[in-house]
Amino acid sequence: MATVDLDNIKKRFGTTEVIKGVSVNVQDGEFVVIVGPSGCGKSTLLRMVAGLETISEGELRINGRRANDLEPMDRDIAMVFQNYALYPHMSVAQNMGYGLKIAGLPKPEIAAKVAEAARLLQLTELLDRKPKQLSGGQRQRVAMGRAIVREPSVFLFDEPLSNLDAKLRVQMRLEIKELQSKLGITSLYVTHDQVEAMTMADRMIVMNAGVAEQIGTPLDVYERPETLFAAQFIGSPSMNVIKAEGREGGLHVGEMVLPNPTGVEGPVMLGLRPEHLVPDPEGPIEMQVLLAEPLGANTLLHGKLASGTGFTASLPGVHRVMAGEGALRLTIEARNMHLFDSETGRRLG
Amino acid sequence: MAREITGMVERRGMGLWLTHLLMIAGVLVIFFPIWLAFVASTVTQPEIVKPPMPLWPGDRFVENYTAALFSGVNVPVLTMLANSMVMAIGIAVGKIIISLLSAFAIVYFRFPGRNIFFWLIFLTLMLPVEVRIVPTYQVIAGFGMLNSYSGLIFPLIASATATFLFRQFFLTIPDELAEAARVDGARPMRFFWDILLPMSRTNIAALFVILFIYGWNQYLWPLLITTDPSMNTIVMGIKQMFPSGDDVADWPVIMATSILAMVPPVVVVISMQKLFIRGLVDSEK
Ligand SMILES: Nc1ncnc2c1ncn2[C@@H]1O[C@H](COP(=O)(O)OP(=O)(O)O)[C@@H](O)[C@H]1O
Ligand SMILES: [Mg+2]
Repeated sequence: MATVDLDNIKKRFGTTEVIKGVSVNVQDGEFVVIVGPSGCGKSTLLRMVAGLETISEGELRINGRRANDLEPMDRDIAMVFQNYALYPHMSVAQNMGYGLKIAGLPKPEIAAKVAEAARLLQLTELLDRKPKQLSGGQRQRVAMGRAIVREPSVFLFDEPLSNLDAKLRVQMRLEIKELQSKLGITSLYVTHDQVEAMTMADRMIVMNAGVAEQIGTPLDVYERPETLFAAQFIGSPSMNVIKAEGREGGLHVGEMVLPNPTGVEGPVMLGLRPEHLVPDPEGPIEMQVLLAEPLGANTLLHGKLASGTGFTASLPGVHRVMAGEGALRLTIEARNMHLFDSETGRRLG
Repeated sequence: MAREITGMVERRGMGLWLTHLLMIAGVLVIFFPIWLAFVASTVTQPEIVKPPMPLWPGDRFVENYTAALFSGVNVPVLTMLANSMVMAIGIAVGKIIISLLSAFAIVYFRFPGRNIFFWLIFLTLMLPVEVRIVPTYQVIAGFGMLNSYSGLIFPLIASATATFLFRQFFLTIPDELAEAARVDGARPMRFFWDILLPMSRTNIAALFVILFIYGWNQYLWPLLITTDPSMNTIVMGIKQMFPSGDDVADWPVIMATSILAMVPPVVVVISMQKLFIRGLVDSEK
């Protein structure tokens, strides 16, 4: 069992700074998800924890011990790669036991540990197969098995589900989460999929361009996004962000006037989640519906405001709104309005 | 693609016969000289010299081959076969070991002068044995390696081609595999033995076949450095059996020697055919 502390970790490739100072303290047994768009530096951050990339600046501590200069094998970690990275010429059992074999464990002990992990992952039938003879989901499980037989202090996952089809992804995501909480092993999990992050994380790190925009529980991030980026990245469909101005009478968005809960003055960015909008003939928001996407349980209405800004509302149930049918009036509760500084993008209030 | 295959499968009648006829004719044309050599190795000397040449095997198979194997013309063929075998296997194995290790170094390590070494290896592609034969001879003579197996083998071992082949293959192996091994605790040489080597199995087999034949067919180099008949290799030995001046050529024995010289490469190709073709065709990883 272990804690992982990142203390202002930076990474430079040549002169370009890819990770610009990330600090986080991961508790023992915690499942922390690093989420962000492609190229933001998630893998690089994880690989620095694994010891596969050197740390340019800052300190990494695993279990309180400085780990910056340790070899991967000495960090007591196990990693699951996106393409699984199974050894193609070894059987499933050999793949899972390879780390133990190198550690010099006696054969019967290796076999026992592999059998135990295989039972946990329902791989017992497949132990003699080669990776080529397995389906994507099974390979994924073998990669997991290889990680757990070594009973590491920390699990590292780099987009382990992104090569699977949608249905399997949902299933494996539950299995991984279940396994992790059963074993209670501290985990760092990288994904670009915000749904995966929301459903699996104890806490998540929302990353953008090498910066940790927000660190918090999924609901924290959803309910109180600290930056415009975190606000728009988390939540589906993503949050509507419109220019507004705080003046006498409330928040002015073009002709519309919304309540101003915090009483800010001057130009701000106003964030409204589509699912928080409620139809109300008296409502202050007026949108022109251009397209309706019925999803069954709810309906997405895409359109624009009078100012021309794109706008999306998600209403529960089925709404047979015809395109061009005209204006739809909506309202929103004041506590669901998010205000951001129009320059820095940081949360106001 | 699929349509072409069905087309080929469904071709019947004239087309089928014609293509097979052509192929058989091609095989016969290529095979005929070998057949003649075989026939000549089973008859007596007078039968060969007197036209027309016989086209069917005679009854002297055992006598001629025994003569070739155990006494030969200058040296017993058995000795020359053994020499060729040592040289061909030495070259093939040596080249494979050297090129595996150098490709491993070039692909997986970042060391000072990595690029320079890479280009130096590349440069040797332009220097086949024939081009550097005089200086190489000088060096080998200086080391006192004339008339020795090491003299036959070492100058032919350094190989850019094989290094390139392995380099290309290693580059197709995903980096994550090396990283996974590192996380599993494998040091570089352990990774090489446990993962890289088994994965290169088919490539090694294909290369072994090619290099064995390359080594077996060496002519100029052994001719130059072996003056002692007991160190002759079979390919140069055949030439040395040809009479000089007024001597009479013992054609049946020479032909038996030629046929014997062909046997080991054929055995190597056939026994490693499956691996060889797999190594050339698919990039199984
Ligand atoms: N070895 C490297 N050399 C130079 N730049 C790199 C290297 N690895 C990653 N990068 C750069 O670092 C940035 C972050 O990469 P990465 O961590 O892989 O992103 P993510 O995993 O979030 O998609 C990218 O812009 C990428 O181009
Ligand atoms: Mg990545």
